[in-house]
Amino acid sequence: MSANDNAMVELANLSKTFGEELAVRDVNITVSKGEFITLLGPSGCGKTTTLRCIAGLERFDGGEIRIGGDVVAAPERGIYLYPEQRNIGMVFQSYAVWPHMTVFDNVAYGLRVRHAPSRVIKQRTMRSLELVGLAHLADRFATKLSGGQRQRVALARAIVYEPRVVLFDEPLSNLDAKLREQMRVELVRLQHEVGITSIYVTHDQAEALVMSDRVVVMNNGVIQQIDDPQTIYARPANAFVANFIGVANLLPGTLLSRAGEFCDLEIALGEDQAPLRFRAMGGQGAVAGQKVTLNLRPEDITMKSEPPAGDRSGGNGFEGEVIDTIYLGNLMECRIRVGCHEISVQIGHYEQIVPRQKIYLSFEPDHGLCLTA
Amino acid sequence: MIAGIKLTQEKSSSDRYVEVQSLVKWFGNDRAVDDVSFVIPKGKFLTLLGPSGCGKTTTLMSIAGLHSIDGGRISVGGSVYTAPQQGVFMPPEKRDIGMVFQSYAIWPHMTIAQNVAYPLEIRKVKRAEIDARVADVLELVGLTRFANKLATQISGGQQQRAALARAIVSRPRLLLFDEPLSNLDLKLREQMRVEIKRIQHEVGITSIYVTHDQSEALVMSDEVIVMSKGRIQQKGGPRDIYSRPVNAYVSNFIGVANLLKGRVIAVTAPGRGDVEVAAGGRTVQLPCRLGDGIVAGAETVVSVRPENVEASRTNGGAVCLEGEVIQTVFLGNSVDCRVRWGEFEWKVMAHPRAGLKTGEKVYLRLDPEHTLAVQP
Repeated sequence: MSANDNAMVELANLSKTFGEELAVRDVNITVSKGEFITLLGPSGCGKTTTLRCIAGLERFDGGEIRIGGDVVAAPERGIYLYPEQRNIGMVFQSYAVWPHMTVFDNVAYGLRVRHAPSRVIKQRTMRSLELVGLAHLADRFATKLSGGQRQRVALARAIVYEPRVVLFDEPLSNLDAKLREQMRVELVRLQHEVGITSIYVTHDQAEALVMSDRVVVMNNGVIQQIDDPQTIYARPANAFVANFIGVANLLPGTLLSRAGEFCDLEIALGEDQAPLRFRAMGGQGAVAGQKVTLNLRPEDITMKSEPPAGDRSGGNGFEGEVIDTIYLGNLMECRIRVGCHEISVQIGHYEQIVPRQKIYLSFEPDHGLCLTA
Repeated sequence: MIAGIKLTQEKSSSDRYVEVQSLVKWFGNDRAVDDVSFVIPKGKFLTLLGPSGCGKTTTLMSIAGLHSIDGGRISVGGSVYTAPQQGVFMPPEKRDIGMVFQSYAIWPHMTIAQNVAYPLEIRKVKRAEIDARVADVLELVGLTRFANKLATQISGGQQQRAALARAIVSRPRLLLFDEPLSNLDLKLREQMRVEIKRIQHEVGITSIYVTHDQSEALVMSDEVIVMSKGRIQQKGGPRDIYSRPVNAYVSNFIGVANLLKGRVIAVTAPGRGDVEVAAGGRTVQLPCRLGDGIVAGAETVVSVRPENVEASRTNGGAVCLEGEVIQTVFLGNSVDCRVRWGEFEWKVMAHPRAGLKTGEKVYLRLDPEHTLAVQP
C-alpha cells in the first residue's frame, strides 16, 4: 500500500475546517518507524489539530491518515476508527500520574479497566517499566517520585499497550526552565532507548531543535518546511521559518545576479545612503531585480571596533552604530543601527562595546542566506 | 571649608541612599536573614538573587515594612525605617515606597488610567496634576493607547506595565520588585526585562529587584547580591559576578560552570598559579587565575564556563585534555556538548559549524585567563 515500507504514520492531504476557517490545509507528513518528529508553530498554526486528528479526537474533512499501513480515518471513504481502536499512546501536558497509586498501578491502570488477564497485566506493566528504567521503583508511590521519574511513569503508561506510535502534546510546558531543559534531553534519550515512533507538538522552538529527528514547521494551517533541526536553522525555507526558529535579522533587498549556490544582492539603507552589496547563499529560482530577503543570524556576524585593514571589496563588510547592549553572561547581544535597519549581533562577553560607538561588521558569504519567500 | 564638608556629606548620603545594616530575621528556629548588610547609591538598580528560601524576599519585605525584624537597621534617604534596638518602626504606608508584584494587582473594574491615578487620588493631589502625571507615566510605559481600557481587556504584559506605571506615578523614594516577570512567557519576559531597565533608568528611582532568575539579574542590574541560606555570598556588577565568582556556589548559580576540585601547588605570579586536579586516575596541572584568599597549598575549586572551553579535533596547546564526546544537543546558535574526561563530564559550548559528533575523540583547550580557582 504505502510508498515507504518504513512508514509508521502517514498523513495524506489532510484538511480540516472549523466553521469558515481552514484550520489545517493539505497536510502531508510521513513519519518513519522509530522516528521522533515535532510539529512546531505558534498557537493557531494547526499543530494541535493535526495531532488530535491522528489521535482520533478530532474528525477532519478531507484526506487520509494511515497508521502502520492501516487506514484509520478517510472521511471521503467513510472510514473513521475510534481513538482506542488506533493503537496509539498519549502523553499530555499534565502527566496525570495518580498520587494515591504505586508506580505499578499507575501503569497497569489502562490494562485493568480493559479487563486484561492479570498475568498479561503483570507481564506488560513490568516490561514497560523496564523499558523506561523504573522497574526497581514499581512499588513506590507516585508522590515519592521526582519530576523526571513522573515523566517516565507517564511514558511507561503510554507504551504499556505496545502502541504503534506515541503522541506528545506539549508535555514539558508546565515545568520550570531548568527542569524543562533537563527533561528534553532525558525524554529524547528515553525515546531512542525505547525506539518508539513519536509525534511531538510544541510551540517552543528550542525544544524542537533539541529533541527531533525532523521538525515540521506550521503556520496558518499550512506546512512551511519539513527538515532536520540543523537544516531548519541554517537553511530556513522562508522568512517565517527563519524568524520563528532562533533569532533572525531579515533585511529586505533586491537580487542582482546568481552564480551556482551563491547570489549577489543589494540592501537599501534609506535616503542619502549608498545601498550595501553582499554575496550570500541561496536565491535559487529568483531572477535579477526580484525582491528578496537576506537572513543573517546574530552569531554569524563578525563585529570589530576598528576598521579592518586592507582591501575589503567583496568582503561583505558594512558599518553600523551601537544602539545598546544586553549582557547575558555567556554572551552579549548588541542592537546595531545600519542605515534604516536595526540588527541584532551576538558577541563574546569580554568585549567592551558602548552605545553610539561606530563599529565594523562583516559576514562570510556562506553564512548569509537569501530568501525568496 | 564648610562648603567642602557639606559637599562630602551630601555625596556620602547619596552613595548610601539605601542602607541595610546587619539585618537579622528569625522565623521560628530558622535564621531566614542572617546578618545582611548592603548600601545602594541613589538611582541605582540592585537585584537580590538566589534560590527559594535564600532570604531575598524576606529582606525585601523587611525594607517594605511588611514585617518586623529581629536585629539591624534599615534607612532610606536619611530616614530610619526600622531599627528594633532603638524601638523604631515606620509603618509601611509612611515609607514612600512603590511596589510591583508577581500578581499585577490591577483592579479589573477600573480603567488603566484610573488604576494608575489611584495612588495620587488617595494623596489628594489636584485633578489637573493627576491627569498630567498619569498621561506622562502612561506614555513612559507605552500604554497611552490603552488608557481607557479595562484591565480585563489588556494582556498580561500590558497589565504588568500598568502596575509599574502605578508604582512610579507618585515618584516614590524607592521601588521594590518581587519577581514581577515570573508569570509571563519567555519571549515577553525577555522583552520586559529590557523595558523595566529602560524605564527605571529614565525615571531614576532607586530600585531593589528580587528574582531567582539569574539571566534577569544579569540583564537588568547595576549591582547584584547573590544570597544563599540567609547570607550574602557575593555583591558586584553583573560582569564581576559572572566572570569573577568568589566561590563554587556563585559560579554554579550564575550561568553554567565546570567545577573541579583541586589544590594550589604553586603561585606563579600575583593572582596566578597552578592547580592540580585529579580525574579518572590521572592528575593534571591547570594554570589558573587565583581568586581572593586562594593561596599556595589551598584547597580550591576550578571553575570554567562552557563557552571558555575550546573543543577541537587537533592536539596541541599548553593545556590540552583528551576526551570523548558523549552527548551533543543542538540549540541553533550553539551546540551543548558533554565530553567525558576520566570520570569528569565537561560541559562545552561548541559552534554548530564545528560539527562535533557523539563518540568522537576531542581535545579540550583551556585559556588560563578564564580558568578560575575559587573558594570551595
